[in-house]
Amino acid sequence: MSKIVTDVICPFCGTLCDDLEVEVTDDGKKITDVYNACAIGAEKFLHSQAKDRITRPRFQQPDGTWKDATYDEAAEYTAQILAKAKKPLMYGWSSTSCEAQSMGHEIAELTRACVDNTAAVCHGTSLIAIQDIGLPSCTLGEVKNRADRIIFWGCNPAHAHPRHMSRYSIFPRGFFTVKGQMSRKLIVVDPRVTDTAKLADVHLQIEQGRDYELLNAFRVAFKNEWLPDMVAGIPKEKIREAADMMKSGRFGIIFFGMGVTQTISKNHNIDEAIAVTKDLNEYTKFSIMPMRGHYNVTGSGEVLGWQFGYPYSVDLTRGFPRYNPGDTSSIDLLNRGEVDAVFVIGSDPGAHFPISAVKQIARVPSVCIDPHITPTSGVSKLHVPVAFVGVETDGSAYRMDNVPIDCRKVVDPPEGMLTDEEFLTKVRDRVKQLKGRA
Amino acid sequence: MKNPPALYLEADTISPDWFAGKTAAQIAELPVYEGNTPGKLGDYFEITGNAGPTATDTKIVVKGDVKKIKYLGMKMSAGELLVEGSPDQYAGAWMSGGTMLVKGDVDAFAGIGMKGGELTIEGNAGNYLGAAYRGDWRGMAGGKIFVKGNAGSDVGMYMNGGEIVINGNVDVHLATHAEGGKIVIKGNSPGKMGGQMVEGDVVIFGTIDVMMPGFKYADDVELEVDGSKGLFTHYIGDTGERHKKKKGQIVYGNLYQKI
Amino acid sequence: MTEYIIKNGHVFDPVQGIKGDEADIAIKDGKIVKDSEVGKSAKVIDAKGKTVMAGAVEIHAHIAGPKVNLGRIYRPEDKLFTSTPTKGLERTGSGNSIPSTFKTGYEYAKMGYTTAFEAAMPPLFSRHVHEEMRDTPIIDEGAYPVFGNNWFVMEYLKNKEIENTAAYCAWLLRATKGYAIKVVNPGGTEAWAWGLNCLSIHDPVPYFDITPAEIIKGLIEANEFLGLPHSMHIHPNNLGNPGCYETTLDTLKLAEGYKAKNKFGREQVMHLTHTQFHSYGGENWGNFESKSKEVIDYVNKHKNITIDTGNVTLDETTTMTADGPFEHHLTGLNHLKWANVDVELETAAGVVPYIYSPDIKVCAIQWSIGLELALMAKDPMRCFITTDHPNAGPFTRYPRIIKWLMSAKAREARINSFKNSDKVVSATHIAGIDKELSLYELAQMTRAGPAKSLGLSGRVGGLKPGMDADVVVYNFNPDIPVTDPEQIETAFSRAAYTFKSGVEVVVNGDVVNNGNKRTLWVDAKVKDNPLVMRDIKEKFLKYYSMTQSNYESLGHHFVPNPFAIEVDATQ
Repeated sequence: MSKIVTDVICPFCGTLCDDLEVEVTDDGKKITDVYNACAIGAEKFLHSQAKDRITRPRFQQPDGTWKDATYDEAAEYTAQILAKAKKPLMYGWSSTSCEAQSMGHEIAELTRACVDNTAAVCHGTSLIAIQDIGLPSCTLGEVKNRADRIIFWGCNPAHAHPRHMSRYSIFPRGFFTVKGQMSRKLIVVDPRVTDTAKLADVHLQIEQGRDYELLNAFRVAFKNEWLPDMVAGIPKEKIREAADMMKSGRFGIIFFGMGVTQTISKNHNIDEAIAVTKDLNEYTKFSIMPMRGHYNVTGSGEVLGWQFGYPYSVDLTRGFPRYNPGDTSSIDLLNRGEVDAVFVIGSDPGAHFPISAVKQIARVPSVCIDPHITPTSGVSKLHVPVAFVGVETDGSAYRMDNVPIDCRKVVDPPEGMLTDEEFLTKVRDRVKQLKGRA
Repeated sequence: MKNPPALYLEADTISPDWFAGKTAAQIAELPVYEGNTPGKLGDYFEITGNAGPTATDTKIVVKGDVKKIKYLGMKMSAGELLVEGSPDQYAGAWMSGGTMLVKGDVDAFAGIGMKGGELTIEGNAGNYLGAAYRGDWRGMAGGKIFVKGNAGSDVGMYMNGGEIVINGNVDVHLATHAEGGKIVIKGNSPGKMGGQMVEGDVVIFGTIDVMMPGFKYADDVELEVDGSKGLFTHYIGDTGERHKKKKGQIVYGNLYQKI
Repeated sequence: MTEYIIKNGHVFDPVQGIKGDEADIAIKDGKIVKDSEVGKSAKVIDAKGKTVMAGAVEIHAHIAGPKVNLGRIYRPEDKLFTSTPTKGLERTGSGNSIPSTFKTGYEYAKMGYTTAFEAAMPPLFSRHVHEEMRDTPIIDEGAYPVFGNNWFVMEYLKNKEIENTAAYCAWLLRATKGYAIKVVNPGGTEAWAWGLNCLSIHDPVPYFDITPAEIIKGLIEANEFLGLPHSMHIHPNNLGNPGCYETTLDTLKLAEGYKAKNKFGREQVMHLTHTQFHSYGGENWGNFESKSKEVIDYVNKHKNITIDTGNVTLDETTTMTADGPFEHHLTGLNHLKWANVDVELETAAGVVPYIYSPDIKVCAIQWSIGLELALMAKDPMRCFITTDHPNAGPFTRYPRIIKWLMSAKAREARINSFKNSDKVVSATHIAGIDKELSLYELAQMTRAGPAKSLGLSGRVGGLKPGMDADVVVYNFNPDIPVTDPEQIETAFSRAAYTFKSGVEVVVNGDVVNNGNKRTLWVDAKVKDNPLVMRDIKEKFLKYYSMTQSNYESLGHHFVPNPFAIEVDATQ
């Protein structure tokens, strides 16, 4: 026999679907199936049941083998390296709960560390742009109920946020959008012909690296000013047509991703896209929203924001928060050899950072908190497995539109395994003793 | 420099304002930070000589390898600071007066938020030269920055006063969001220049690989720049951005390219 | 728990009518008690020559939630060079106009505030608001969910279904652990979802076809039907525009004929907030002028209304409000970075930085208007002091506002140093006002008055035995004439002692204990209403982007120390 747990929140991507139904055995101990999730979300739940999970902390030996340890020993090592370091870096946070993040921030403040999250390689540039020009935005329900002009710029939700289009942006029949997909026009801007682009009414196959110019051209088109014949590989007639399509809607939204946040102009791309959105509000209603990747990178930004004032790349080394990506951001800190201890949680910089930065993680005392074996755990001195938030423990998370949802616990973690929050609490208590503040 | 730091050193106390009125022994006691660990300037540097009674009368020469020293000359308001090597980030950041001369290169964020004074860099400059601090629409407001070599990206972001002269080439995103000020580039630019510019002047002697579509041809003009006269193509922009009107005429940002 | 006796202070307590007499205040087990009830081992606090009041009550500030945090995140420059390091019990603090949650709690407590209310909680984001309140140390807090642009409310009120509206309001207050019915730019913020607005109380809302007047009256009726501790709390339409005072008078008039029905001692049916922003005359910025007199005259005559001032402090600050269209309008004026979030079925929010410069005539007039309202109010129990933090200025400027209100000399000096002082004087009443607020009146306007308006008069805002031991001692001697008005600002910036629920939390400006803050919320019980429950279920299935179960999920870890005020509306 089995039971169904309803209203389960999927802890994988920023879409943060909260309508999952997870089938568990009658005794509530094992997950047997997942309904309503996309393939990625389903796998997040199902693979947590794998028999070969690492269940205990382990230290990497000089010869590359691993030796098991207790959580207490792991907490001791972690507390020691963070307390002793002159400039420790605590990175990641995007795949864990706000409660865990908050405990981590206490440790960072006690040890005067740098705290950073995965926005540093993802939407950090969006945050810089928002700081420079603002952000006209809305919640995903507004898109569902009102939007009739959708633009996907530099993102491919068909692959990266698979249920986004069916839950919010293209297919749903909302209050004012009863014809569903037929109520909407879709523009996709992408150099590639992606699965998302195949659904578009207009696909602008932009020349790579010229998003800033094309966005500028839209703003020029809105003002009916002169345009060169071709911008970013798009003829000016097509630019004016697309501009008119945007202006003629009732409610439009631009969704954007790595295609613009991490290509050459970075924050300037987003800045100009926000300027396009702001300009469009002179003619109709328009909003813009970043397609956040990790399910709780937004949450990490929110908690860092209300506790320290900045959403990522926070430097607490002087006892108070300072912020300036390029100086306080993780890859720069690592590449420049500016940190002397690294703590990673809820992310995989080993896979995502440039190799020059990953080598630094290998060179200094390092801890990786992750249920999986990853490239990061591979270069760390200590690997600590923990329970999956949203599967084996509850915790607060924030969706890509900043809406807070409380992730549920569906089953217990493996016997004796701690949650992020529990492990971090041990570390915090030990750090307090070491710093004479217990 | 006698004792280079293992990590990086934050030495914002190396400025005429901090040194003013102090003896060498007192200067050696000034605080510096290596990460979260406080130290004394004398732990890392050998100090000789005394400062002047005021910042204006104080002249500092920094010798040795300073490539891991951050915030040199930060917030200085008067006096002279000469750096013989190549300092790290924030050289001359938030300067409001005095003169700072760097013989080598500077890293990122040199001269950000500058309000006055003169910053001369004989080598190359990194990114964000003379730019605004994150989120601040009030960038460089006054003063002069001169770079003999090349400069990086994001020069003069949100600039609204002062002057930047670069002898060499620049990278992308110069004068983004500028609302005033003047930037002269003797070399070349790959493009993305003057994006979202409201007001201000950019003069470039070399090539621009790709022009922003928001800049349209206005006319050809004769200008005198840096002592020499020449004919320049005059573009106005950013035509996608907001602009105010003066005496019924729209005030644009100006981009002049040498013919 | 330690017992305390605060001896020989000059007590100002409007609840007991004490106007500066030297008296002792005794504290035991979190409450104020009669002197005779504490033992010989009670710790003695020497308050000789000092002023003693109850902890102040902040009735309207934006201190916790998504738009506050958006403000923090998008303004790194608000924190540059001004952050404070970790020190003793205090976590690091940052932010001038939008302080971090830690700094918010400490700064309020250091100024002698012990209770504060977040003025606008978007219900979909209630978990966020509660997480921030949980991370705000020392002070008790609560939050007002917004109702004035809510789809359920508009549909029920269009059909004049007061009981259904009340049932929905009770459900929403419980689901979000909210405190009161807040209304912001009624109807206009729903119109803003299409880029439109409602600038008068008779402009119909697109599609929903209901007017702001109908929404306001309907929510007053729903509020009184439920008998909630606080009244409907309104930010009227047409905020901030020259001539808007007429919309304000129209709005105030809607309260005529209504009587407060509740068991909490509340007498008003409408609380009109940050009235300064709603008291503008003229037709444009050129002939912009104060209409504070017209507004305060009406308020003075109508006892079923309370207001708070929304004083401009003449600082660089950040505006943030659920009046989305206003913020779009403001960015069009000052071209500074604009953030906006429309919230499905419920509301919106906008954020724009603003610099109130004393060199700009309009800003100086705004400054005058806020002070005029406070000085011309005839009943200090119905007019409270706020800055609509951070909209008109940071709450940390309360001591400066108190200085201006208590010292005509300080006001005069400020007026004379305005760049356009002549023009300011001719467009306002401020130069002609001699009145100086007394300490008793100050206590009414910052303690007893707001507490009563909130339905908390039995618990906070006074020093009567039985009330919560939220007590403040200021280094201000009422017997010594003030030679320099700066002394007023200094004294009220840092309390000598702040007690919260009987615990010493601040001593000489330092936090000595974080206390155990509570989250105040209202649990209103109504008769079972299957129709409303079905409507709720349907809207969640069809229109919300979250399931009903997850919307209602507000577990203990969000509200670790809840304090529910029970209301029985089943009759």
